[in-house]
Amino acid sequence: MSSPDKIDVRYVAHLARMHLADGEVARLQPQLEQIVGYVQQLGELNVEGIEPTAHAIPVQNVFRADEVRPCLDHDAAMQNAPLAREGQFIVPKIIE
Amino acid sequence: MNYIANVGLEVHVQLKTRTKIFCGCPTTFGAPPNTHVCPVCLGYPGAMPAMNAEAIRLTVLSGLMLGCQINPASKMDRKNYYYPDMPKNYQISQYDQPLCLGGGIEITLADGSKKKIGLTRIHIEEDVGKNMHFTASSGIDFNRAGTPLMEIVTEPDIASADEAMAFLEALKEILAYGGVSDVNLEEGNLRCDVNSSVRPAGQEKLGTKTELKNMNTFKGVHRALSYEIARQISELEKGGRIRQETRRWDDLAGVTLAMRSKEEAHDYRYFPEPDLLPIVLTQAQVTEWAKALPELPEKRRARMMSDYGIPEYDAGVLSADKALADYFEATATLVKNPKAASNWIMTTVMAKLTELHLTIGEVKITPAQLAKLINLVEAKTINLPTAKEIFELMFAQGGDAGEIVKAKGLAQVSDAGAIEKIVDEAIAANPKVVADYKGGKEASFKFLVGQVMKLSKGKANPALANELLKKKLG
Amino acid sequence: MSSLNQLTVTEATEKLAKRECSSEDIVRAVLAAIEKNDKQVGAYLTVDAESALAQAKEADVARARGETKPLLGIPVGMKDLLNVKGQPCTCASKILKGYVAPYDATVVAKLRVAGAVILGRLNMDEFAMGGSTENSAYQPTKNPWDLSRVPGGSSGGSAAAVAADEALATLGSDTGGSIRQPAGFCGCVGLKPTYGRVSRYGLTAFASSLDQIGPLTKTVKDSALLLSAISGRDAMDSTSLDAPVPDYAAQLGGDLKGLRLGLPKEYFIEGLDAEVEQKVRAAVAKCRELGAEIVDISLPHSKFAVAVYYIIATAEASANLARFDGVRYGLRVDGEDPIDQYGKTRAAGFGQEVKRRIILGTYVLSSGYHDAYYLRGQKVRTLIRRDFEAAFQHCDAILTPVAPSAAYKLGEQINDPLKMYLGDIFTIPVNLAGNCAINVPCGFTQEKLPVGLHIIGPALREDVILKVGHAYEQVTDWHKQKAAVSGQLSAIS
Repeated sequence: MSSPDKIDVRYVAHLARMHLADGEVARLQPQLEQIVGYVQQLGELNVEGIEPTAHAIPVQNVFRADEVRPCLDHDAAMQNAPLAREGQFIVPKIIE
Repeated sequence: MNYIANVGLEVHVQLKTRTKIFCGCPTTFGAPPNTHVCPVCLGYPGAMPAMNAEAIRLTVLSGLMLGCQINPASKMDRKNYYYPDMPKNYQISQYDQPLCLGGGIEITLADGSKKKIGLTRIHIEEDVGKNMHFTASSGIDFNRAGTPLMEIVTEPDIASADEAMAFLEALKEILAYGGVSDVNLEEGNLRCDVNSSVRPAGQEKLGTKTELKNMNTFKGVHRALSYEIARQISELEKGGRIRQETRRWDDLAGVTLAMRSKEEAHDYRYFPEPDLLPIVLTQAQVTEWAKALPELPEKRRARMMSDYGIPEYDAGVLSADKALADYFEATATLVKNPKAASNWIMTTVMAKLTELHLTIGEVKITPAQLAKLINLVEAKTINLPTAKEIFELMFAQGGDAGEIVKAKGLAQVSDAGAIEKIVDEAIAANPKVVADYKGGKEASFKFLVGQVMKLSKGKANPALANELLKKKLG
Repeated sequence: MSSLNQLTVTEATEKLAKRECSSEDIVRAVLAAIEKNDKQVGAYLTVDAESALAQAKEADVARARGETKPLLGIPVGMKDLLNVKGQPCTCASKILKGYVAPYDATVVAKLRVAGAVILGRLNMDEFAMGGSTENSAYQPTKNPWDLSRVPGGSSGGSAAAVAADEALATLGSDTGGSIRQPAGFCGCVGLKPTYGRVSRYGLTAFASSLDQIGPLTKTVKDSALLLSAISGRDAMDSTSLDAPVPDYAAQLGGDLKGLRLGLPKEYFIEGLDAEVEQKVRAAVAKCRELGAEIVDISLPHSKFAVAVYYIIATAEASANLARFDGVRYGLRVDGEDPIDQYGKTRAAGFGQEVKRRIILGTYVLSSGYHDAYYLRGQKVRTLIRRDFEAAFQHCDAILTPVAPSAAYKLGEQINDPLKMYLGDIFTIPVNLAGNCAINVPCGFTQEKLPVGLHIIGPALREDVILKVGHAYEQVTDWHKQKAAVSGQLSAIS
């Protein structure tokens, strides 16, 4: 974490599946670099041997019994679908 | 030049739970599209996963059967990638702390020698939905999304298509034995990704690998892998190079093809699933679960040979299916001659199962009833043909062999005086045949025995009939 | 006499019990206030008056039958990221335009059990990302104390509605201060419960390891009433805590004798508005008068909290918001293939701040940067948690300002994301540690803008912060003062 890395905004936006207009890239680039630059301060800290925190609460083994619960009925499941056909959600043709 | 293939499998096995891994929707197969779904498995805003305890128990049992170490501290992670069949566009899986580590399966090679295929790990994850293709679009059914899977990852220890096949057969047998999965291939209960590479003999470093995705039949794996290994070798022999890529198996053409979709650099951006808490398994918990473990086929074969004195072949056939082995053992312990039980089950019972497409669990005859029937034969109360006749009756409607014998008057006649009368009758009625026999025609004797059996309505003790006939014809 | 919409939950409950008014009367008064004032304030995105009135009538029938429930007939407004069956839930985003929730969030189900009337969808920063409610795709919300200023955020609609008497109480969500800071800016009481105290099931997730739902109310006692109604273990949220839910309101009362209140030296910093500091210090002095012992404490890693937050929160958000792809619900922009559909849908559906955070979150998790940013962020989070654990060895609760300044002007910080992020410097560490905290009004600036006192407690000690807030409230009258907008309404009606 010595110096802020140059961010490939377009590549990262592609990983996140967002098309960005050129203007957006130009606006986001300095903002993101400023924030990432700010975050660099964490490099000052010695974190060796420190356990990472993923959960704020020290709880484990929370399980559910293998019991069937009611599903949504089919119409309710499809009511929000932007595009549906034969009971299925429609996307542009998937090419494998 | 000689080439060595290194193949590793990633086998996805559907766990035998009633409900999905993170919600209460049922896992039953074949429902109309998008009817076994809820806000959780549709990835609705605000919905949260809740871990199915049974998925963890079944995976741990699998790990124990496959000789894995059970990880005392495990966790769930998000694996980020976008695909239409994935409701949240991340899959809840396990990254660096899977439930099980190590282990392996011993397979038998063509020459009879044994080879251990090592396992790297077993982790649990959720299945995705199913895509169906229309002319200009694709449709998604999320019924399968959220079905619990365990992914079994092998070391690249497999050296051929045959070995891959042997591994998968052995794995399937073990998982079915443990009752952790139905391993029904038609329903997609077991699917695998095949990673393969080849290297010249003598070279230490593994070659560049290709990946065949989503294979769902063993035969398909065998064919695809045979083709792929040969393809890679011929590529290298031509002086070419292997590209690291994902390929798919075209079953009709019998070839593997590079995927048409753009090859994306994978960057799954794993991080711990904040909605699910760590899984901590104590030794006591694992020990408790281990009590439910069945004896595995390999061990059971050996034990059945020594306990019942049956040949290796019989033990192999009977132990291949847990329910069948259980049936045999339940029968064998009730009969005087276990080999007779083995014969009955391997021939009469199994022929019937094949004929009627039944499983052993659907048979009406209980092991105790079968044992009684066998014991009646052993005690010479009935003869074998009669027993087979009774078996048919019992198979159709159940019932007690002893009572059927009584009701139908089928008991074998072993009274020497009574049989002697019949023998005399048979000799008197067939003078020509008797003369032939005396003239040295051996076959005529069999005919006369048949006549005795016929006159006794099949009830004569065949051994006694033989003996008396021999004596009379002297 | 004040109008029914100006009542606190406690007052309304008493009136209802004495049959001095009906739930329908209260709901009609609230609807009238919305009708009158919300064109200016912009707190609500949608109001389903019909459904609210139907629920109110049902509550009145139930009361006539002799039923008594803690919140019977009390209308409660919902931040627009809480799922209410049959209602829209847009998260103030274009990407969820037209979406109708097929299920109730657990807090909604619990409020129904307690007899409450679910009323209206409150504006917010899109997907709770922001501190001013200017990042709503639909409308800005304005501060009822000064319509040229922001109400704070992201639960700006929830805070403004309470301050403008367009609601008796509302629910908001808090990931880095999104309940407490707008409560501070709007002069109301806002509580962020301990992580896990309240089920998140049905709360559209921003950052799952930080989000909590909590009440925004006119008084501390109201906050306690709502907290008891919505808390508790829920099988649908594995992170909800299996701890008894006390009757928080019943435990209120008494002075602060025997309580030690900590003042973190790092929190009275450069950049803290002088007027804000003065009001907060005066509030601290008041607590001392009430018998509390004031002790100096240190939270040395708090200065890193904003950096940690913008790594962890954005990383989690990048995954949580991946589901908005136009396949199962929401906006869909057609594409040549699924990838193209996603790219176009998400480009059209998300606003600038959301895009900024998704990209940042994707970046800090991506190959090659994961350890330097995300993993390191998680480790520093551990240090921040330990700071609080150590501090709570020496005190029962901690007092700080809720924000470095009072409400700022609309448009003032919209183009300076980092400055806006730093506005959450006092609230963010609490989410990272999982503690509970409350904002209580503690005065006004010379421009008559509310200033908030931030009281932080250890995990599951909501009783302590409510007690401190309540004791302070009893000897001050900041909470009784009415915002300019609400004043206009009561003068007219």
